[in-house]
Amino acid sequence: MNVTSLIQNNYEEAIAMILFGIGFSNLLLQQNLIKKIIGLNIMDTAMYLFLALKGYISGRKAPIVVNGVQKVTAYINPIPAGLVLTGIVVSVSVTALMLSLTIRLYRRYHTLNLDEITTQLEKEGL
Amino acid sequence: MAFVQNFPFFCIILTLFSGPLSSILSGKAARRLNLMVITLVGAMNTAVLAFVLKNGTYYVYKMGHFPAPWGNEIRVGVLEAVMAVFFCLIMLLSMLGGMREREQEIEESKQNLYYIMVNLLLSSLLALVYTNDLFTAYVFVEINTISACGLIMIKQNGRTIVAATRYMIMSLLGSGMLLLGICFLYGITGQLLMSNIQESVSKIHLSGVYDTPLIVALGLMSVGLAVKSALFPFHGWLPDAYGYSTVSSAAILSSLVSKGYIFLLLKIFYRVVGFGIVRESKVIHVLFVFGILGMIIGSVDAIRANSIRRMIAYSSVAQIGYIYMGFGLGTTAGVLASVFHIISHAAAKSLLFVSASGITDASGDSTDFFDLTGAGYRNKVAGVAFTAGALSMVGFPMFSGFISKIMFAQAAVGHAHKMLPTLIALAISTILNTVYFLKTVIRIYTPARREEAKEKQYQTITMRQQPAKAAALICFIILNLILGLFSQPIVNWLEQGLRMFA
Repeated sequence: MNVTSLIQNNYEEAIAMILFGIGFSNLLLQQNLIKKIIGLNIMDTAMYLFLALKGYISGRKAPIVVNGVQKVTAYINPIPAGLVLTGIVVSVSVTALMLSLTIRLYRRYHTLNLDEITTQLEKEGL
Repeated sequence: MAFVQNFPFFCIILTLFSGPLSSILSGKAARRLNLMVITLVGAMNTAVLAFVLKNGTYYVYKMGHFPAPWGNEIRVGVLEAVMAVFFCLIMLLSMLGGMREREQEIEESKQNLYYIMVNLLLSSLLALVYTNDLFTAYVFVEINTISACGLIMIKQNGRTIVAATRYMIMSLLGSGMLLLGICFLYGITGQLLMSNIQESVSKIHLSGVYDTPLIVALGLMSVGLAVKSALFPFHGWLPDAYGYSTVSSAAILSSLVSKGYIFLLLKIFYRVVGFGIVRESKVIHVLFVFGILGMIIGSVDAIRANSIRRMIAYSSVAQIGYIYMGFGLGTTAGVLASVFHIISHAAAKSLLFVSASGITDASGDSTDFFDLTGAGYRNKVAGVAFTAGALSMVGFPMFSGFISKIMFAQAAVGHAHKMLPTLIALAISTILNTVYFLKTVIRIYTPARREEAKEKQYQTITMRQQPAKAAALICFIILNLILGLFSQPIVNWLEQGLRMFA
């Protein structure tokens, strides 16, 4: 199987991975703390997209029971949705923590640039 | 089912709930609750250890009595129980040893917040040790990260906040990769319980269809956890985080938090993917190379460090390198050596951090090497304890470090390609260790001149002034000696545990 057909058959997954890459490199390379946090959120969201895709089976419905239980083959896999929910909770708390750290740093150093903060720290000589 | 079998679950729940409970208590009450909980949890884990040793096999505890593919599980064997007991013991001693510093360095109104973090940290460590579910492990990895970040930033100055930010960034990158690896693995196996994943993985491996995704998932999880446990190229956040946080935090972070991640990686190798597949893959070679680089470069950085706390922090980088080198050997003997080193390094490193704080107390709170001259005479217990810790790190016989070094060397001997690099790296790293640790020991036992002593506000600290710290230090020394002198039964336990781990 060549690369083009692989991507054509799995283009949602490919998009999820590209988004993951964007988020990951932003979190790693950006100097601005807010941009880092945005990168973190893109990375996490890409992962949820990937997980949701893994649970989706085309032509089937969400496993919400109305009018009695149908056959197993009528429903998609609900477990990844549960994992996504857990992931969202983790992501929210981590983002909140990062934002609070950013506020602390901004109050102290009046900048969001991590490099500048490091230079100021060295000047402080703590 | 014996009542003892419930204890791992009780431990996790008890520590988890004592966290929020601490938030409504005063600082003193929270401290008492925390010490009580750690002691109780340690006792319960000891009972569990006795139980699994007597039974000679592991047991699976179903959460909520749901059967295997749906329910969440706790799985307890000898290795898990030994780790849990050691984690509790070292945490208790580190908390005792740093009590006075915590009261000085943390604001009065925030004292109880510290204990929330410590309780949550212990809970997540125990959950990482005991859980048999990969996604639960991920959630507790995040709880571990968040509470560790809290431990760093509770002491309020610019350094610790920047260190906490850097720590969070690296940790989040690591957990991103870990989660992606877990998603891949879930995608190809459709399972979340570790034992079930392994069944599917071995079938998949035999059929050879999804070999590439499997290796990618394994690589992502290994690198993610390596980043979180500060393997060599990812250790940039570590010296500041360990060097400037309050002493209990530094001891707990270096000896427990990073070890929790390493233990999870071990679990992934043995129970999730299967060690046979891991050995065939090239992932372990990568870990081996970076482990060896870490052993040497961490030690060189430690020699160049200008403060005692940062020196000990860099030494952690080297010791984490040892552990990954043991994994990288790809033999059971190598992994056994790594597991023993997890315990021995935890005992020695927390001893060093606590004793270093005793030494700096006697030197006008300066961590600079020049101010430490003669500190071993001014604070006798801390001086002896630091010497013991340094000897253990260097690998002096009778101490735990010697046993782990000899186990690494024995594991390497007879290995086709990796024998020579391992032995050379061990030798170089030991020499470098000796250089910086004995330099410090000599420094603290060089008598200070009298004028200098007056000028720098040196003060003598007796055991009576700091009874908790002295007691903790003495217990740490005894722990190191026990690990060094009576290592055989412990190694036997670990070996037995490793056999029932897969």
